[in-house]
Amino acid sequence: MSTPEPDLALLRRVTGQQRERVAFTLDGEALEALAGDTVLTAVLTHRATLRQTELSGQARAGFCLMGACQDCWVDSESGERYQACSTFIEPGMRLLTGRATAS
Amino acid sequence: MREIVQPVIVGAGPAGIRAAQTLVAYGLRPVLIDEAPRWGGQIYRQPPAQFVRSHHALYGFEARRAAAVQDAMQRMLEQVDYRPNTLAWNAQDGALDVLHQSRTSTVPYSHLIVATGATDRVLPFEGWTTPGVYSLGGAQVALKFQGCAIGNRVVFVGTGPLLYLSAYQYAKAGVEVVAVLDSASLPDQIAALPALLARPALLVKGLYYVGWLRAHGVRLQGNVRPLRALGDRRTSAIVWRTGQTQHTLACDAIAFGYGLRSETQLADILGCRFSFDSMQKAWLPEHDAARRSSVAGVYLAGDGAGIMGADAAECAGERAALALLQDAGVALDPASVARADALESELARSLRFRAGLERAFPLPVDWAALAPDELVICRCEEVTAGDLRRTVEATGATEINRLKAFSRLGMGRCQGRMCAAAATEILAHCSAQSAQSVGRLRGQAPVKPIPFALVHPVQEESA
Repeated sequence: MSTPEPDLALLRRVTGQQRERVAFTLDGEALEALAGDTVLTAVLTHRATLRQTELSGQARAGFCLMGACQDCWVDSESGERYQACSTFIEPGMRLLTGRATAS
Repeated sequence: MREIVQPVIVGAGPAGIRAAQTLVAYGLRPVLIDEAPRWGGQIYRQPPAQFVRSHHALYGFEARRAAAVQDAMQRMLEQVDYRPNTLAWNAQDGALDVLHQSRTSTVPYSHLIVATGATDRVLPFEGWTTPGVYSLGGAQVALKFQGCAIGNRVVFVGTGPLLYLSAYQYAKAGVEVVAVLDSASLPDQIAALPALLARPALLVKGLYYVGWLRAHGVRLQGNVRPLRALGDRRTSAIVWRTGQTQHTLACDAIAFGYGLRSETQLADILGCRFSFDSMQKAWLPEHDAARRSSVAGVYLAGDGAGIMGADAAECAGERAALALLQDAGVALDPASVARADALESELARSLRFRAGLERAFPLPVDWAALAPDELVICRCEEVTAGDLRRTVEATGATEINRLKAFSRLGMGRCQGRMCAAAATEILAHCSAQSAQSVGRLRGQAPVKPIPFALVHPVQEESA
């Protein structure tokens, strides 16, 4: 059984892709999302990790997608925190998954 | 002189919208508080404005129902004080504390309709925190709200009508559905048939999804116990068993859930009396047939007061609003009086159907006994089943709030939304009690995390 590549996108777009592009950065890398994407969608259509837990450093990618489980909080370079499933991506957002600083 | 009537509704799903519509018809202007950016609730959740998608593509068989509810709201936007992106996080002295765009304010009410909806009921398996594992509701949100699938090869596991509906929706969207693994078994479903006939159309729809999946070659398996998701930083397979046989299926995403659980925190903070519902196996806020709670002026509608589904939520919202009008001294016209009776009959029928669904898709009774010590129960605080068992043994805790105090279970950001069902099962099992006698996690303000500075405003800032 093949192990999927951890750096590939977790989510796959299946419909509704005729939207404007939105530029943002993730761990310093310039990427594109679509207008109307949540921060979670913007990140997970490029990566498989959204954040790491404070306690064990485990990779997480959200769970409920409806603002209840609180497992999708993402940091920005300027110190803001976004609930990724319920915040829309905006041009110029500079997001961190914690990957760069993970030990 | 009559007191000013200022009704407030929390939640803009089918219950909240029908409640608002009923109040508007009698000339009132309710405040409608919605955590989401657009109305519809979870079931009729609308995609962001940038998406151009047909109702049929989004909602399938529910397209007409979704359109009816959403259009009702669209038509009364001028007559309702609609507050999207707003979280009701506390209630005291006849006012709600709400958070909107990082600012908190109070919304006074004379009467309050609580229509806070539901989230997935979660009984976890090892690896459920791995990226690629989502709740069934989450898998649906990804598709409906973002046009995304949670993976390329998806396994659906757990039980309940949503299991088959979401698998069907994914398959229709062109995603490979590797398997649908149900913890319930055929005898459960056969035993449930008489009650399910209370709503023949819904029964037929459910059978259609199952038939469609089977006809399209999707593997359907009953009596399944999921054991673990494999994969380190993302999901690569699911391991499960039926009887004594263990199976492994490669996949890159898993959607799971065991029915739904009511969002009851606000009702709890409002002081509503709760009782144990043995059919839904949950502590729920009490209400009468007219949807009055135990607290004067507070009404309960929709899945937040017990899982009844979207159609029943519309009925309950309307019935609650009629009760509110009566209690506020508004004379109902004869048509509304007759309507109130009809709504109560509809809701009684929905309750019989619900009993059938609970029978057809029961919670697996052996879940707690089979849960390994390493299993993470609380994903916020990373508390395992073994932690809970050791805590029970060391402290003798038999009540869930005691267990919380000792173990940090349910103390994290989600406040027990994701772990309470599982923790209740574990505690009940290892202290040899019923789920009822274990009790329920008390709701506390804020019902969801809010910025700390809002609770304790900073008076002065140093330069």
